[in-house]
Amino acid sequence: MSDFLKIEGLKAQIDADGTSKEILKGLDLTIPKGEVHVIMGPNGSGKSTLSYVLAGREDYEVTGGSAHFKGQDLLELEPEERAALGVFLAFQSPVELPGVNNANFLRTAVNAVRKARGEEELDAVSFLKLAREETGRLSMSGEMLKRAVNVGFSGGEKKRNEVLQMRLLKPSLAILDETDSGLDIDALRIVADGVNSLRGPDFSSLVITHHQRLLDYIVPDRVHVMAHGRIIHSGGPEVATLLEKQGYKQFLEAAA
Amino acid sequence: MPAVSETRETVEKLAKSNYEWGFETNVEMDLAPKGLNEDIVRLISARKKEPQWMLEWRLKAFRAWQEMSEPNWAKVKHPPIDYQDAHYFAQPKKKDGPKSLDEVDPELLKTYEKLGIPLHEQEMLAGVEGAGQKTPVAVDAVFDSVSVATTFRKTLAEAGVIFCPISEAIIEHPELVKKYLGTVVPVADNFFSALNSAVFTDGSFVYVPKGVRCPMELSTYFRINARNTGQFERTLIIAEDQATVSYLEGCTAPQRDENQLHAAVVELVAMEDAFIKYSTVQNWYPGDENGKGGIYNFVTKRGICKGDRARISWTQVETGSAITWKYPSCILAGKGSVGEFYSVAVTNGHQQADTGTKMIHLAPDTRSTIVAKTISAGQSDSTYRGLVRMQPKARNGRNFTQCDSLLIGDQCGAHTVPYIESRNMSARIEHEATTSKISEDQLFYCRSRGFSEEEAVGLIVNGFCREVLKELPMEFAVEAQKLLQISLEGSVG
Repeated sequence: MSDFLKIEGLKAQIDADGTSKEILKGLDLTIPKGEVHVIMGPNGSGKSTLSYVLAGREDYEVTGGSAHFKGQDLLELEPEERAALGVFLAFQSPVELPGVNNANFLRTAVNAVRKARGEEELDAVSFLKLAREETGRLSMSGEMLKRAVNVGFSGGEKKRNEVLQMRLLKPSLAILDETDSGLDIDALRIVADGVNSLRGPDFSSLVITHHQRLLDYIVPDRVHVMAHGRIIHSGGPEVATLLEKQGYKQFLEAAA
Repeated sequence: MPAVSETRETVEKLAKSNYEWGFETNVEMDLAPKGLNEDIVRLISARKKEPQWMLEWRLKAFRAWQEMSEPNWAKVKHPPIDYQDAHYFAQPKKKDGPKSLDEVDPELLKTYEKLGIPLHEQEMLAGVEGAGQKTPVAVDAVFDSVSVATTFRKTLAEAGVIFCPISEAIIEHPELVKKYLGTVVPVADNFFSALNSAVFTDGSFVYVPKGVRCPMELSTYFRINARNTGQFERTLIIAEDQATVSYLEGCTAPQRDENQLHAAVVELVAMEDAFIKYSTVQNWYPGDENGKGGIYNFVTKRGICKGDRARISWTQVETGSAITWKYPSCILAGKGSVGEFYSVAVTNGHQQADTGTKMIHLAPDTRSTIVAKTISAGQSDSTYRGLVRMQPKARNGRNFTQCDSLLIGDQCGAHTVPYIESRNMSARIEHEATTSKISEDQLFYCRSRGFSEEEAVGLIVNGFCREVLKELPMEFAVEAQKLLQISLEGSVG
């Protein structure tokens, strides 16, 4: 099974104020096992919607097409079942959970996923050891484990916290929704390292970004251009360079 | 963010929560005939072998009660209560009061085991030796208003602490009971306290002498078991100068179709530099998913900081009862004394709660803190009602109040009714209030990390209540967290 993630003709809409708006309009995308793919595209092209639909957000209604992961129909699964299967979404705007201790949250999440995968749960001591190693690696203060999830975190801290979760949950498909936006260059490097260190034959990633600069640190296998709810162009890393220089115009015109 | 259908479905499921403590215990009961009149009051007093002064005190209360009517200002609704249609005395059949655990009806012990109460001395001792995980807790178990066993009395007595059923204190320590009973909650304070004063059958009595730090947590478990009985327990806690005590109460009742009345009175007296911490985890039967049955919990709790720098701290986790009417209060009479109220009230199904506190600042430099968290789900209705009063002498009095409401679903209600009265210009009173819903963003975020929806709700609710839960003694906090989860999740999953 070389096709790890296979999306065919995916259509999705969102209902707002009684009218429904189609955002994904027949999207095709295949990510083989072990590859890192990047999606770039103008604002409003449906990139975040794609990440939400893959992670199982219920505000979006899938009206056509399919999405399979590891041979399973992803769209049939609850969000937590997708997490157990290995899907991870790093949120563009991580959500605050007042009063919920970050370390507790992480441990419960890790153990929920481990249990679902038939792995042994981690006790508090071994979890804390692991978490400390990982925060160190991400140059995060250990203090962040004691705080409430994302509450009072700076933008950069929130993104690092997402990467921390990703590393602890050990997904086989990581979707990063503009994780690089708003990061300074040091933070960007740390985030990229978080992804790169997971790279291997059993790890695939879908990286959504606006900026070519992230690709200086994460070298993708493929780059896709997304517009109007579809992938309109795919190619190697050179596509990103071309985009940076010339913008989306030529791809949009070619697709029109 | 509007609740999506998924949340509504969850709530509907949540409303059908199973009550885990709904079992009934088969213990032979000694019941007084139904109804309430002077003869019943006399009978109760006689059965408890009380001195004459106590009987007179009760009769005074009963006569006052007859002149009173039920309060109607709370935001709760219920059919009229027929006070003549209940037994006012129910006692497990025993010739004499049990002198040791061996004499206690094994059925009762089984009940306590089911409740998870570490009643056995052995278990308790094992707990103490067991790697220091558990701190010793002295337990007084009150079964249908009759205290059946009090543990650790010897250890406590060595420290000079008296912890015993109040019925026993009336006989053994009449001077203390006489001096303090009814001084914080006067006999005719309100309809339910008057009723309680007339007919209470038991409860706990605690006396901590001057300078003594009570060596362990004191705990009372209340259980209503008999059918058609009311539970009227009476608790009196006195902490002399520089004394410190932490007291916990837990409550459950069997699952029954009819409503049962629980009207307790708790009085706390804290002298100079004394500290009383009073924690409650209330889990009376809340009724079924259609609102049938459940306990009417009409309770008067009040403490007085009599001495300078005295401190009283109330912490309550209220998850049970069909109706909760309860306002644990502090009278800050000593200079620089401190009153605290930390509350979590969870209502689900058809439960109604009207709860809060009263902080009465009488002296200069008195401080009070109120943190009230209200969680409403299902078709329940929850009200925070609180009074902060600064009297003319409360120079530099300070109060901080925070009321947060969390709504789950769109069929429940949350209300905040603060009363603020200041008669001193130098007093400072702050009030903050928020109302929020569990957002779809939060739920989705947790679920995408592998939590089931119920786990996610439990996590968010526990986070919401954290400021209050952290005030509970360690072991109780764990119990309370589980309880919150159960009250909201019920049979889901």
